[in-house]
Amino acid sequence: MIMLKTVDLGISFGGLNAVNAFNIEVEEGELYGLIGPNGAGKTTVFNLLTGVYKPTTGSFSLAGVDLTGKSPTEICNHGIARTFQNIRLFKNMTVLDNVKVALHQRMKYSLASSFLRLPNYFSMEKKMNEEALRLLKVFDLDNVKDHNAASLPYGKQRKLEIARAMATNPKLLLLDEPAAGMNPNETAELMETIRFVRGEFNMTILLIEHDMRLVAGICERITVLNFGTELASGETSKVLKDPQVITAYLGE
Amino acid sequence: MQVFFNFVMDGLNLGSVYALVALGYSMVYGIAKMLNFAHGDIIMVGGYAIYVMFLQKDLGIAAAVVASVIVCSLLGIIIEFLAYRPLRNASPLSVLITAIGVSYLLQNIALLTFTSELKLISGFIKLPTFYVGPVRIDGVSILIWITTLAIMVALNYFIQNTKTGKAMLAVSEDRGAAQLMGIDVNKTITITFFIGSALAGLASVLYIAKYQKIEPYTGSVFGIKAFSAAVFGGIGSIPGVALGGILIGLIEALAIGYLPDTLRPASDGVAFAILIIMLVLKPSGILGKTKIEKV
Amino acid sequence: MKKLLKSKSLIFTSVLIVLYILISVLMFEGKLTRSQQAILLKMCSSIILAMSLNLVVGSLGELSLGHAGFFCVGAYAGGYFAVNANLPLPLVFVIALIIGGITGALFGFFISSTILRLRGDYLAIVTLAYGELIRSFVKIIPALGGTRGLIGVPSLGARGKQFLYMFAVVIVSFILISNFTRSRHGRAINSIRDNAIAAQSIGININRYKVMTFTISAFFAGMAGVVFAFFKSNLEPSDFTYNLSIEALLMVVFGGMGNLFGSVVAAAAITALPEILRDAEEYRLLIYAISLILLMIFTSNPKLVELRKRIMPKTLFAGRRKEGATDDNA
Repeated sequence: MIMLKTVDLGISFGGLNAVNAFNIEVEEGELYGLIGPNGAGKTTVFNLLTGVYKPTTGSFSLAGVDLTGKSPTEICNHGIARTFQNIRLFKNMTVLDNVKVALHQRMKYSLASSFLRLPNYFSMEKKMNEEALRLLKVFDLDNVKDHNAASLPYGKQRKLEIARAMATNPKLLLLDEPAAGMNPNETAELMETIRFVRGEFNMTILLIEHDMRLVAGICERITVLNFGTELASGETSKVLKDPQVITAYLGE
Repeated sequence: MQVFFNFVMDGLNLGSVYALVALGYSMVYGIAKMLNFAHGDIIMVGGYAIYVMFLQKDLGIAAAVVASVIVCSLLGIIIEFLAYRPLRNASPLSVLITAIGVSYLLQNIALLTFTSELKLISGFIKLPTFYVGPVRIDGVSILIWITTLAIMVALNYFIQNTKTGKAMLAVSEDRGAAQLMGIDVNKTITITFFIGSALAGLASVLYIAKYQKIEPYTGSVFGIKAFSAAVFGGIGSIPGVALGGILIGLIEALAIGYLPDTLRPASDGVAFAILIIMLVLKPSGILGKTKIEKV
Repeated sequence: MKKLLKSKSLIFTSVLIVLYILISVLMFEGKLTRSQQAILLKMCSSIILAMSLNLVVGSLGELSLGHAGFFCVGAYAGGYFAVNANLPLPLVFVIALIIGGITGALFGFFISSTILRLRGDYLAIVTLAYGELIRSFVKIIPALGGTRGLIGVPSLGARGKQFLYMFAVVIVSFILISNFTRSRHGRAINSIRDNAIAAQSIGININRYKVMTFTISAFFAGMAGVVFAFFKSNLEPSDFTYNLSIEALLMVVFGGMGNLFGSVVAAAAITALPEILRDAEEYRLLIYAISLILLMIFTSNPKLVELRKRIMPKTLFAGRRKEGATDDNA
């Protein structure tokens, strides 16, 4: 089944085409890479897919449902989650709370329950605690659950960000340069984590990366973006050998 | 008809002073990226400097004017160095709260030193009155307009054509890039505060010349209205800010003039209402450009 | 049981209840001077106002300089009702509270809905403008007494009795707001403060929560206004200037942003200080101003924060580390 499909997706800012006719089809459970030189428009694609930007052309759908023009909240509810290039954790909250916030849309109780601590509050909070802890355990973060999120080492922070994204129960996970700022050890651990997430949750993952070892190591297929336009796409090893792709990278 | 012209004169006077104050506000906002809440209060300090020099020490107009400009400029630099620079990389919320603290501080120092009593400074600048047909124009008004116009032209020239001015422009566009290009950002921001506060000093001279009174809270409300003017016309654009000042001054003067007695206590609200409407509908102002934010 | 004892909010609530009983007894026994009684009564409205502002400044992370406006509409709405309704005392108070709160909430809802596109500096200025605009209007509405003000809000009785009613509102407000900040809604609001873009990515509707926070905050600010109206009996527009908004902000900042009990303590202190420092009265505001500036510099400048962490590892300022409902689930 095709999980993510975009049709001529594009956006222009004041006359400048940041992303131009982007076409991609990601299969369910696939590990798909999006690469390209800096400024190629990769993060812009992510912003389009998460509703932060509204596309000026084209459309995209998740598991057959058209999500074009929907708000970030709606898109999250439909099942797209993401992490950011610069890790965006809630710095004043604990590790546990970072994940609990993400359960916001899945486990609810009313305002009245919040104010008056009705029974619903207690039962839902208990459920949230359990679910958040379960997720933290999966990512091996349960032993630091009460630590301040900002106090974690970099690699663990990235894991927490992924755990938080997973708490929204997504169908598609977008990872924006997850290995940014990591040393080879951390990167290797990250690769394991990503493979694990895909396997454990049957997760479809689209990731942006500059680290070619990671891309070559885990991505089955990739698309190369340059100046907002698709340069090449297909099986990872084939694309990485494409002379046009090599020029695009070396020529900058 | 005569009455209408008088209101228009009042409006233009008020508007010019608003414009001058707004220029200083706008400069600091555009370049240091912060709202100097204390800007209006700096004007108040300038006003008291004039009071001290002119009335208490009886030193004459020139001394008073010079004192006002110097005191304000120095005050601006000191405030920037002591209160704002340590917070250069702090959250905007913290900077804002600190600015409010500075404003509060200035008001209370003035309160302590001069009490809340309204001080009158009459006869500060004596100029003849002119008549153009049935319309009466007093010399002080002309002085205000000429000064404001001259300063705007000078400021515009300065920003476009001098090295410091262009540095200021660069810092306002992209601080990081400016720094990478070798511009001394700290020095540029200090100069910005210097100029902005000097403008405040001049504004206080004109204010006192026209309205002839001062008390500790004069500056803050005036400053906020001047900021309304800046937003209205478009922060970041010198003609915009000037236009905003004049328009708000006119609207306020006409409102005060033509509102029935029962509604007059609400005349302060006019400037605020305009500010709200502008910020809600088009925050970039009449002549401002809408900025597209990149995530 | 252990969890109950660890719960900070329960401890604070208990402290408030103990104080409530203690002070009420002292008042009824006539052990307090007139001015002391007046201060304790005045504190009630200040505390509720500070707590309400803490929701916006501390929990949501936005600066509102217009809370005097919500305080004002609540005071006038509740006060006007109380003046004109012929109802027995406790009932009049309760209904006035509800009316004042709802009026505040309506204004909060409307105002916040119009300013969703604004942030930071602009948001602060526009709230200030709204606050002043509200005050301008109040000055010209004849039914509210114009510049001379609204007179004749009935008294709740002897000072002791007044305290009984007013502080009860303080305690109830504290419990409600505290519960709210440590619920899933409070967490969502905190996440917007900490990283709005990330909050958006996990499905939190930022606009909805902004409006919600302002509305709830304005509700409590309105109720604070009603308490004030019953304390002062006569309301004048000059009671609700921008200075009041600043004072409320001082209370929130000094008490620790996001720290609800801190707001209570700071509000009480700042209300009581004019009496205690009677001789140094002139310097009081000066000290506030300098303290505010120093406080901001010491808590926000990265170098000083590092220095502070090394000298005083566990201080009051560290209070914000563990926000969220993990506090207590008792």
